Amino acid sequence: MNFTETAFEILGTVVVASPVGLLAILGLSTLFSRPLSETSISRLTQMGVLFTMVPGIMILALMLMVGTRYVPVELGDWVTIPEQEFHFSLKFVFDRLSIPFLLLSCVLCGVVGAFTRRYLHREEGFGRFFLYYAVFFCGMVISSLAGTIETLFVGWEMVGLSSALLVAYFHQRRNPVRNGQRVWSVYRLADAAFLIAAIAMHSMTGEGDLGGLMGSGVWPEGVAAITSQQAFGVGTLLLIAVAGKSALFPFSGWLPRAMEGPTPSSAIFYGALSVHLGVYLLLRVSPLLEASLMLQALVITLGLISAGCGALMSRVQNDVKVSLAYASLTQVGIIVVEIGLGLRYLALIHIIGHACLRTMQLLRAPTLLRDYNELENALGRRLPEGASPWTRHLPEGLQGWLYRFGFDRGFMDIALDKWAVGPFMNLFRWFDRIERRATNRLSSENHRQSDRIELHPESTGRAAT
Amino acid sequence: MTELHFPWIEVSILTPLLGAVWIHLLGARASVLRHAIAIASVTFALTVGELLDFILLGAFEAHDRRLFLDWLFDRDIFVVDELSAFQLPLAALIFLVIIMSTLRTKSPRFSLKAALISETLLLATFSCRTSWTLVALLAASTIPPFLELRQRGHCTRIYTLHMSLFVALLVGGWAWLSMVDVNSPAALIPGALLTAAALLRSGIVPFHLWIADLFEKGTLGTAILFTTPLVGAYAVMRLVLPIAPSWALQSIAILSLLTAVYAAGMALVQREARRMFCYIMLSQSSLVLVGLELVTPIGLTGALCLWLSVGLSLTGFGITLRSIEARISRISLVDYHGLYRQMPIFSGFFLLTGLASIGFPATVGFVGMELLIEGAVDIYPWVGTMVVIAAALNGITVLMAYFRIFTGRHNPTLIPMHARRSEQVAVLILSLLILVGGLVPQPGVASRYHAATELTRQRQRNPMTEDETVARILDAGSEEQNVITRPVSVSH
Repeated sequence: MNFTETAFEILGTVVVASPVGLLAILGLSTLFSRPLSETSISRLTQMGVLFTMVPGIMILALMLMVGTRYVPVELGDWVTIPEQEFHFSLKFVFDRLSIPFLLLSCVLCGVVGAFTRRYLHREEGFGRFFLYYAVFFCGMVISSLAGTIETLFVGWEMVGLSSALLVAYFHQRRNPVRNGQRVWSVYRLADAAFLIAAIAMHSMTGEGDLGGLMGSGVWPEGVAAITSQQAFGVGTLLLIAVAGKSALFPFSGWLPRAMEGPTPSSAIFYGALSVHLGVYLLLRVSPLLEASLMLQALVITLGLISAGCGALMSRVQNDVKVSLAYASLTQVGIIVVEIGLGLRYLALIHIIGHACLRTMQLLRAPTLLRDYNELENALGRRLPEGASPWTRHLPEGLQGWLYRFGFDRGFMDIALDKWAVGPFMNLFRWFDRIERRATNRLSSENHRQSDRIELHPESTGRAAT
Repeated sequence: MTELHFPWIEVSILTPLLGAVWIHLLGARASVLRHAIAIASVTFALTVGELLDFILLGAFEAHDRRLFLDWLFDRDIFVVDELSAFQLPLAALIFLVIIMSTLRTKSPRFSLKAALISETLLLATFSCRTSWTLVALLAASTIPPFLELRQRGHCTRIYTLHMSLFVALLVGGWAWLSMVDVNSPAALIPGALLTAAALLRSGIVPFHLWIADLFEKGTLGTAILFTTPLVGAYAVMRLVLPIAPSWALQSIAILSLLTAVYAAGMALVQREARRMFCYIMLSQSSLVLVGLELVTPIGLTGALCLWLSVGLSLTGFGITLRSIEARISRISLVDYHGLYRQMPIFSGFFLLTGLASIGFPATVGFVGMELLIEGAVDIYPWVGTMVVIAAALNGITVLMAYFRIFTGRHNPTLIPMHARRSEQVAVLILSLLILVGGLVPQPGVASRYHAATELTRQRQRNPMTEDETVARILDAGSEEQNVITRPVSVSH
């Protein structure tokens, strides 16, 4: 192994080890009930981000100097059963897609970490926030650099869990918790679709290596090593996963709900990084799209619908964070269209630009009224109304309907509840009733002792009986 | 057969039994809980010693060194093998943490004596080879929960009905099997009876009502002890796997898959924490059965890994619920209880164990779940995806329960809610095992794979259970192993 390869391996290992180390320290201090001070947590977080970003930049510089476009860093097999050809490799890839996304994650996580230090100063949940933040950061780094589909899934799951817990950060109130649950439920279904797609790809090509799955050539020149039909099947499953993670149609309902979390987490997770993780996956597997024209059409359609819905909904919201969330959706929809059209570099640049802008906007959101005041003072008059000139050409009835469509968030949550969640829950409640009847018939007493329990035994102030 | 360096099996079985006698003699003294913890700790240490000794021997199975009770511990019946070597410490650990997490105020309701007797029976069952003794032990282990239900003054009809049927099928099936050649098609009917018995004990739908009944009417501790060691799965391994043809087992796997999804859906609609736990446990244990019934090396490895992880994580999940119940009584999932501020350790542990039970990355269940999914999809490309759906639904339930119990408006209670020292130790032991097992999974997976291939090879010796596909996989594996090991042998 020559000097360059050794340097790549050492730097690559540091990039991955740093967020894992941060998570380990914060996690173990919580596990052993030894809470760290705010200063220690902030310092550790800064160091974690720095030790990920600086080696990342060094790898990029080294790659430019050597003229290579693909640097795999293999940390060996995490789990292997050689006889069954089962390998869970810890392989990370530095290429034209992963490095920009990694650096973007580091910059935004760093900014938000520094912002949160003051924003949540002396808050009861300061340590909890940074623990979830560490899970998120670790998940983002792993997802960005994943060289195998299994590793990508690990990072993907970590991002999902931390997002849901952060939405429910203000857990004394019901709404954030309900919304956290909603986000988690959508993510779990998206994860299930992703896992099924991963296993299907694994069994089609016999390997989990993303490079192998995408055929020869480094990103973006890879060619899928599967047939058109297979690409459509797997691609559709992946599209469900992407739609869930990036809040595309019809899962957009979770995005405004996610804004219940603290502003820094809204900015970094739902406005900037988390919402782009789905499209990052789409970019990573973009050679699949070229293998199937139908899949491409499906991607473009999904992007257009999502962008259209986002544009409508963002215009009629009465909450700045929600409005920004839908504005994000519009841009994410456009990015999906770009990916569908094969404009991969454009999509990547769009992701970076959009994520930075949206982070800035969301971090400024709490001071929006003050900003408006300053603007109006500077102008010496009220800000002009932002009505679109197109509105005049639309019939009034349609205008009203579009307003309702936008205000009710595209009726997406209502439709999902009515047509998917409701029937599912009703079916199992029916099974539960059948079980109750059967057990009551078999038993000489009312079988369900649990029917008689108190709703809030903790509030009575007495010991259990 | 290889011999252990110490009579671990004999001593580990007798320790809780003698401990139960000691507890009986102590009566209602205040120190009885401490004594029970000490006895369970010694038993756990003995089973760990047994595991280490067995690993050092490097054999597939081994029996005890001769001591003084050869007439009781038949050397050909009580053995430790690659399957049971890991199950024994797991079972002892489950008993230890349940006893450790028992509040002193609850010891009159949760019988420590019965728990130690159950531990004796369970360790004997897991150390027992296929024989009438195993059948007797499986039947006997159903008695302590029955006695508890009766003592609590509840109707035992549902439990009795199911367990009587279980014992009848077990005894009938084994008696019939003893009369026929196990290598002939005549073994199919007794095999079916034994399978039905094992499925009933595992709570496969529609024979699952007794589990919900036990959770409703028994103490939570007893219900956890009776269900989480997955004795039904053990019965499948010992009684059914050696004689059932692959096609039959793989057909039953669909039934287990349906149970996994059904129980996961039922867990979502429960309005009380115990019932929710009961259905999650049922769903996850059905997934273990799915892997066992796939009878492919990957599926079996996944099932054996998942078995350990389900045992660890669901016990942890259960003791958290039990600790909360012990303080404020049964928990409704209809509303939010806001216990986070008063129980920060338990809240973190609840989340960790819940996530581990659904196979979340970096926890002990992750690799087992991956292997299981791969094995299931290999055999049933579409139906196998139900494993993923069951896991996704369980994931939703786990977080929902976490939110309902620990979040919401904080209600200060008059009762001290913090974790006691023994509870903290129990939580810490399980957390470390869950995390270390998740971060360094290779040793566990390698050992479980070895056990799975040995079990599969044993099946291949019976013409009834021989499977060409599996034989090809095993042959390919052996050839590859030869290729891998060749350079090593040359260098020697």
